[in-house]
Amino acid sequence: MFANFFLALREAKVPASLKEYLTLMEAMKANVASYSVEDFYYLSRSCLVKDEKNLDKFDRVFGQCFNGLEFVSDEVTAEIPEEWLRKLAEKVLTPEEMAKIEALGGFDKLMETLKERLAEQKGRHQGGSKWIGTAGTSPFGAYGYNPEGVRIGQDKSRNRRAVKVWDKREYKNLDDTVELGTRNIKVALRRLRQFAREGAEMELDLPDTIRATANNAGWLDLKLVPERHNKVKVLILFDIGGSMDDHIRVCEELFSAARAEFKHMEFFYFHNCLYEKLWKDNRRRHAAFLPTWEVLHKYGNDYKLIFVGDATMSAYEIVYPGGSVEHWNEEAGQVWIERVLRIYQKAIWLNPVPEKYWDYTPSVQLLRQLMSDRMYPLTLGGLERGMRELSR
Amino acid sequence: MKFTGTDTYVATADLKVAVNAAITLERPLLVKGEPGTGKTVLAHEIAGALGRPLIQWHIKSTVKAQQGLYEYDAVSRLRDSQLGDARVQDIGNYIIRGKLWEAFTAPDRPVLLIDEIDKADIEFPNDLLLELDRMEFYVYETRETVKALARPIVVITSNNEKELPDAFLRRCFFHYIRFPDRETMQSIVDVHFPGIHKELVREALNVFYDVRETPGLKKKPSTSELLDWLKLLLAEDLPVEVLRQRDPGKLIPPLHGALLKNEQDVHLFERLAFIARRERGN
Repeated sequence: MFANFFLALREAKVPASLKEYLTLMEAMKANVASYSVEDFYYLSRSCLVKDEKNLDKFDRVFGQCFNGLEFVSDEVTAEIPEEWLRKLAEKVLTPEEMAKIEALGGFDKLMETLKERLAEQKGRHQGGSKWIGTAGTSPFGAYGYNPEGVRIGQDKSRNRRAVKVWDKREYKNLDDTVELGTRNIKVALRRLRQFAREGAEMELDLPDTIRATANNAGWLDLKLVPERHNKVKVLILFDIGGSMDDHIRVCEELFSAARAEFKHMEFFYFHNCLYEKLWKDNRRRHAAFLPTWEVLHKYGNDYKLIFVGDATMSAYEIVYPGGSVEHWNEEAGQVWIERVLRIYQKAIWLNPVPEKYWDYTPSVQLLRQLMSDRMYPLTLGGLERGMRELSR
Repeated sequence: MKFTGTDTYVATADLKVAVNAAITLERPLLVKGEPGTGKTVLAHEIAGALGRPLIQWHIKSTVKAQQGLYEYDAVSRLRDSQLGDARVQDIGNYIIRGKLWEAFTAPDRPVLLIDEIDKADIEFPNDLLLELDRMEFYVYETRETVKALARPIVVITSNNEKELPDAFLRRCFFHYIRFPDRETMQSIVDVHFPGIHKELVREALNVFYDVRETPGLKKKPSTSELLDWLKLLLAEDLPVEVLRQRDPGKLIPPLHGALLKNEQDVHLFERLAFIARRERGN
């Protein structure tokens, strides 16, 4: 019955399965959604979407598939032509006008005046303060300014239906193609934790030993079990300063998430491209730095390497000796990157710049090539892909 | 049997549909949302509204799926066998029933709450797939099958710390509790504090949503924190004027301990207050 809708969902990459669709059919048959579009929306959402990051996609598809369906309201509503309402236009009024509108009276008074006005009105117009139209100051109609006007014909709680629920797209910020936000950091944490749950060690399994011994009628039977042991070691190199200032918040979030997650985590800063110096304290970068060689010697090749940087610079900074904007570098950034990648097999580059802009910056393409395409955007989806690459 | 919210719990329309779908089709309901938006309380309210017993299973990181079914107390049996207890002959004496077993055999169709399922091991939901789908399981030690007399209403909550497996999700209804908007929040407050001074609530909500909108907060205060804070405000009998003071130098709301839960957030507010003071000085 709703096969088209279901297929459209699959098309939009909402991972709804046949079983879930059948569940929806079953629920419809059992009359859970009692003949109202809104209930059907809620029910189908509950059946077909199982992750809040897909809610926004669902809303969009629902809007497309069921466009034109209207609510059947059991109350008398003012018959304002829809196209008027569509023309969203908000008008900011002066305080005097506001006072005037409020002086019109309460809800009942509003309804009463509405009836009179409707009877008077002959055609559509826009603006003005008496006729019903868009963007006027009349209390009737929508999207104009009137503190009481928006609620015509419906009681208070119903007012939320004025805009279709799915058209509100309230779940927009939960979509995983959106850059990491404050709320989403928890989800990022989860990705990293998944990745940290690896490695194995042998440990005595006490309950199992007891059980086995009991089964063995008292003869000691030792049982060993692999321990869940977080042995992942991570080396994170952050690009800092300059063009990275725009992305500082995301990097901070990633940093705190990673810090909480890994026992063996080391971090260093660099500027624009990797050269012979790294540092830990950005304020004392010129006094207290570490030669990159030392870092490479200290941290073995079982560390996983994550670069975080926008990779946006002039190509000279990567390709030529002496190309750095800050100091004279004997060896080109390219040489350093290749050297580091030879040691650390597991390495990725996280780029806070959205993926769609990468092609416009030659340095990004260069570094991407150097990383053999292991560059991922610093979004939840990108982070997930990157972590998958690292744990492969 | 229909859930329509209770006088102590404000259920939005979409939540009601999801709950009723889960009740009617006898499938588990998975509830997600920010901490403090009433996920756990929902199960209590469903049980209360439908007049069913509530069986709670709180999940910790060490909980195994098997513990929800039953546990075989091998140590007691070992001890008893050393002591020559006659009970030792019957293995059934050492089977300890878990929460699922309890829910399956309850005479009255109960509400089973599996709280914070994401706290458990990553394999935990997979281990319960069949049990929650068919509502039956097999006890190897005694070779019996435990089957649900009436399929319990299962409510599962998750804080999103771990992703749940697809196979598990496919068997559930899903509801994401969105952070309540102002109007819903107002009615939630009304339900919890009937007869509270309207002015106080309005000002408190203003402060509350301001705090929530402050960029860079580590933990945004949620519904339960607002309710705690209101309780404190009432207990302290603070006059409304204190809240209404929009003196930027006093940016930190009174009794902020109920709203801001870590020192970084308090520092952030102090810093903002400091900046506001300095700007005013200029």
